[in-house]
This record gives sequence, C-alpha cells and structure tokens, in this order.
Amino acid sequence: MNFDLTEERQMLQDTLRRFLAEAQGDVWSGLAELGVIAALFSEEQGGFGGAGFDLALVFEELGRADLSLPLIDAVLVPGRLLAGLGEDVSGLMDGTERLALAHTEANGRYDLEWVETRADGDRLSGEKSAVIAASTADRLIVSARHSGAPDDTAGIGLWLVDPDAPGLTRRSYALAQGGEAADISLSDTPGTRLTEEGFDALADTMAAGLLAQTAETLGAMETALTMTQDYLGTRKQFGRPIGSFQALSHRMVDLMVAQEQARSAVILAAAHLDHPAEERDRVLSAAKNILGRTGQLVAEETIQLHGGIGMTDEYALSRFAKRIVMADHRFGDTDHHMERFIALGL
Amino acid sequence: MDLTLSTEMQAFRDEVCAFLAAELPPELAEKGRRHQSLDKRDYEFWHAKLNDRGWLAPNWPKRFGGAEWDAVQRTIFEDECAMAHAPRVVPFGLSMLGPVLHKFGSEAQQNHWLPRILDGSDWWCQGYSEPGAGSDLAALKTAAARDGEHYVVNGQKTWTTLGQHANMIFCLVRTDPAAKKQEGISFLLIDMDTPGVEVRPITLIDGGAEVNEVWFTDVRVPVENLVGQENAGWTYAKYLLTHERTNIAGVGFSRAGLAAVKRIATRARQRGRPLIENPHFAARVAQVEMDLMAMATTNLRIVSRAAAGQAPGVESSLLKIKGTQIRQEITDLARRAAGPHALPFASEAVEGSNEPLPDPLEAGAVAASYFNNRKLSIFGGSNEIQREIYAKHLMKGAS
Repeated sequence: MNFDLTEERQMLQDTLRRFLAEAQGDVWSGLAELGVIAALFSEEQGGFGGAGFDLALVFEELGRADLSLPLIDAVLVPGRLLAGLGEDVSGLMDGTERLALAHTEANGRYDLEWVETRADGDRLSGEKSAVIAASTADRLIVSARHSGAPDDTAGIGLWLVDPDAPGLTRRSYALAQGGEAADISLSDTPGTRLTEEGFDALADTMAAGLLAQTAETLGAMETALTMTQDYLGTRKQFGRPIGSFQALSHRMVDLMVAQEQARSAVILAAAHLDHPAEERDRVLSAAKNILGRTGQLVAEETIQLHGGIGMTDEYALSRFAKRIVMADHRFGDTDHHMERFIALGL
Repeated sequence: MDLTLSTEMQAFRDEVCAFLAAELPPELAEKGRRHQSLDKRDYEFWHAKLNDRGWLAPNWPKRFGGAEWDAVQRTIFEDECAMAHAPRVVPFGLSMLGPVLHKFGSEAQQNHWLPRILDGSDWWCQGYSEPGAGSDLAALKTAAARDGEHYVVNGQKTWTTLGQHANMIFCLVRTDPAAKKQEGISFLLIDMDTPGVEVRPITLIDGGAEVNEVWFTDVRVPVENLVGQENAGWTYAKYLLTHERTNIAGVGFSRAGLAAVKRIATRARQRGRPLIENPHFAARVAQVEMDLMAMATTNLRIVSRAAAGQAPGVESSLLKIKGTQIRQEITDLARRAAGPHALPFASEAVEGSNEPLPDPLEAGAVAASYFNNRKLSIFGGSNEIQREIYAKHLMKGAS
C-alpha cells in the first residue's frame, strides 16, 4: 500500500500550485501550456493522464485557489464525453477551444436519465437549464430523446450543436459559486449526431465530473480551514487570541476531522473511477455525500468562527464558502447520493 | 395548564390578521417572500401604516405614544407580521433607543427625539461594534473628548445595519481613556449630517449591502446629546441589549420560512413526482417542524412569565441559540428543495431586477437567503457569547 503521489503527479501538483499562487491574466492558456488540461485525458485520447488521481490532484489545486474557472464544465465533462465517443479534442487540450454539455433540464433535478428535449431526426427541440460555461462554448453537446419516457435510460442521443444555430437561444446569468450558466432553448435546431444511445457515455463522463467536483470542494475546504486557523491565532478579543478559547479551538479540531474524512473519500473515489459502473458509483456516491456533509459543516463553521468578517464579500472566505456549499447542487446533492448508495445495495 | 390563548388574545390575533389583510400591499409581501431587499420607501411606508394604527411602538408606554402591549401581545403581533411577510420594523429607534430614552433620557430628550422616531423624521442606526470590539464590545475605542459645549468624536464603528438610510446614530464612545474597560464609556446621539461623519457600505456574502462602516473624524457633538451620565454608558448599553433580545426566537420568521419550504418542495419534481413526497426530504422537513413546535412553546413559556411581570433573564440566550439554529436550518432546507434551481445567483436577485433570474419553482433567492442568514448566529451577541452568558449563570458554583 502506498498513498504517495507518483513522481510525475507530484511534479504536476507542485507546478500547478506555484502557477495558481501567482496566476494573473490569461490563466486558461497558462494551464494548457503547463499540460494541466492534457492531464485530464488518457494517452489514447491525446493526453497524458486521465486517471482518477490525475483529476483529483488537478481539481484539488484549483479548489484551493481563489479563482472561479469552469474547467469541469468547459473542458473535463464535454471533453471526456467527446473523446470517449472517438472525437478529436485537441482544440481543448491546447486551450483554444471550449465546450459545454447542455444536458440538465428544469424537471430533471439530479437524475441523469431525465431528458424531455425531443429529437426529430437530427432536429432538436426543448429546454436545457443551468448549462454552465454555455456563453463561452464554441460548440455545445446536446442530449435529446428520440424515444421512450422522460426517465428511460434508453432513447437518449447526443448531438453537436453550433451555439449560433437557428432556433437556439441562450439566456445567461451569474452563479452563486462564481462563473455563469445559461438556460438554452432549442426549437427545431439542427445538430450533428454523435450517438443514438448516449446514456452510458453520459454516466461515465458525469462520474469523472463528480470526482472532479469533490476534489475541487476538498481544495476549497483546505483553504477555508487554513484561513480560519490563521484567524483564530491572530484575532484578539478579551485580551487574547480567540483560538485560545476551547469553545472555538475544539470546534476547529472537529473541522480538521471532517477534512480528513473528506480527503479519504476523494482518494477512494479517485481509485475507483475506472472500476465497473456499479462498484464505481457506490464509492462516488459515498464521496459526494461525505463532501456534501463535511463541506456544509466547514463552510458554516468557518464563517461562524470568523464572525462578521466571514460574512463580507471582500474577504476571500465568503467565496470559498459559496463554492463549497453550491457544489452540493451539482452532480447530485447529499440526499441524491444517499439514495443512490442505498439503491446500489447496503 | 392551559395552552390555548385567552379569548381576549384570540380576538387580538384576529384584529392583527385583519389589519395585515387590509393594509399590507401584496407586492410588498411578495418582496419579502422572495428574499428581495426592501428599499427605504418600503420601510417608511410600513412604519407610517403602523403608526397610523398606533401599533408602531408596541413596547413603549402609552404616555410616549406606544401601544404598551404585554409580552404575549407583542409575540402574537410579531409572529403574524412575519408570517404575512410584512417588512420588519426597523428596530434601532423603536426597540433599542426608545426604551433607553424612556428610562435614562432627560425630559427634553424624550420630548424631542421620541415623537421623531414615531413620525419617521429620524431614522436611527446603532453605533456599537468596532473592528476591534465585536464580541468583546467593551474593548471599543471610538473616543469623545470634551471641548467646551461639544464632544469631539474620532473613531470607527462597523456592522451598522441600514446605516445608509439613517440620519441619526446612537453610539457608545469612550469619554475616559484612563478608566477600566466598562467604565469610561458614554452613550451619545450623533447627527450623521455633521461634518466628519462618513458612511461606507460593506458588501456581504449574498451581494447585498445592508451593513456599513461609519467613520468619525473630529465630529463635533453638542453635549446635550449625551444620554444620562457621562461614563455610565455601559449600564445603558446593557439595558438596550436586553431589549434587542426581544423576539429573539423569531418564531414567525421560522413559520413563514417553513411554509415556503413546503411550497417549493411541492413544486419541485423528482422523477416526475413532487419532492415533498420523497421520504428522505420529508423527514428533513418534519424534523425541523417538530423542533419549531417545541421551540415556539418554549418561547411562549418564557413570554408568559415576562407578561406576568418577571423580566426575561438568561433564558433569552437559550431562545436565541435554538431560534437561530431553526431559522438557519429552514433556509438550508429551502436551498436544498430548490436543487439545481438554487444555482442562479446575482445581487440583482436581492435588489430586485427588471429581468428576473429563471425561477421555475418561484422559490426566490434561496441561496442568497441561506448565505445571508448565517448572520443570525453572529449578530446580536454571537451564539458563542450566548453560551458564555448561560454557562456563567449555570456554573456559578464552579468558578
């Protein structure tokens, strides 16, 4: 047994951490130049990584930084979906292209199979909601149903769609965690078919997205906790650092316990990303549920331990807290994954 | 024991409900329901409505223009107003300064300031906390030095709620720098239009700007604006804080919030069915509802004792802790219920906007509200300070 990163991954982590600490200007091309984007894809897809541990380390570092980059939604999820279907993703890898997956719908909640958007041949009609990174996407991947009921896993196809295609409108808005999303309306919009049956490919790519999201949340928790530890050591009330009060320091310890639970859940999930779906999903659901619970605890308690300053927009903690909490609204929330874990067998 | 309201109190409740039905404009209630922030006009409008009815100052004696209600009436009134999503009464003049002036103000101060609170001539804010004096309020440093018939004030206050609308601020200032911490503090009324007063907004985690920093640079305040005795301000400050802690349980807010959660969870679909039918989610709602039923009863037990003449003491710390926990759990449930629809977020959602965010569940700004209400366990004496107050009372024998 060995929990150390390989030498290559250690180097990537060090380089990425240094880069993000000093990052200014065009962060996106910088990441591409460093090979960070290529690390999210396997060699056969044109990258040099793509394993669970590659994803975990990249997104943990991104989570630690005070940035809001839609790497999960503009690159990882649509990129792995396309690459898995045998498409060329070299434009993503060198940082010149961005994509978005238009899949989730207003009535779908967190259920991956819920698709009401209809495909009539290669013409698509329906509404997609909260499509993250939609306004920067050069191409969209759109899921639509050519047969079956809205909750069938069969009958969901995938199409490549030009954002400027006829009948397509995007309505953009800001997100709580930073960044933007759009609601997309399709009306007899033409697309290029990628596959007739896309559910399994969607499930595989969403598994990678979920892992990345948990790792990013873990990174944000680490920063929130470091900031809080520093604050407890320096903020003085009643003539002493507030961290010297057990009522606060013991709570800080509880948060460190939560952080280690979260870290282990992410490691376990990373190790299972390429396992058979049922085995993988059970571990991924455990990770998402644990990150949901520990993340909420850390976000709420780090604000509380700071007091008023933790509530301000100017102080970075509030941004980390928002990213941590809103991560629970993506790729299935705490309750969704509790139910999936139970459904997969106790 | 009899847990039902007296006939008299039931009639009172009906009267309050009838008033709200007749006088609260639906569009104003809708703003509250959607967690949009209210503008100055909204508050002023509602204050005027209440004042016309004689209900703006429920806790004031009749001789000062108050309703002189007992604690049970006040609780009924506050809960019904909250459940109807009426604007909250801005507490700084009415619940905080008013009682201090009744008890410690000079007759001239009472005659001048109290009517102006009722008729809306003055909007008061509170100058208590400072960057270095939060939970440790007595560490405050803002100084007032006597210079003839004036005090000259220098320093900084923070977390000044709705200070952007205020023209007056009551402040704790240090008038004797040599005295021990709690001694040497005075209670001063300051006109915010005086040269040297500067208000800077603080943007909060939800993008809203309800709190401010207030800076004082050589601000000259006439000595007649000193309340009570010089260097006795800490006594008045503590008196004020006991009034700040009325309606601390927030039962009405919680009931309104819980109703909203159920509404959202009835609209939200999971695999084609209403989310509220999901046993896992229903259990979360049920647990909070049970806690609220018990807490509301605790609140009534304490309120009844207060109405019978016993001043609420350390129990108000318990109510603040449990009341705010429940309110925060409810904002958490609203966010959960909305699911992916909680993601859209912009300060426009808080401020009101011409182009509203997509909101198919009509849930309102649930994420912003969840983050904003983190403040409940921080302000008004953080929940840690409430535990400290109660622990000191409980462990008297152990020290």
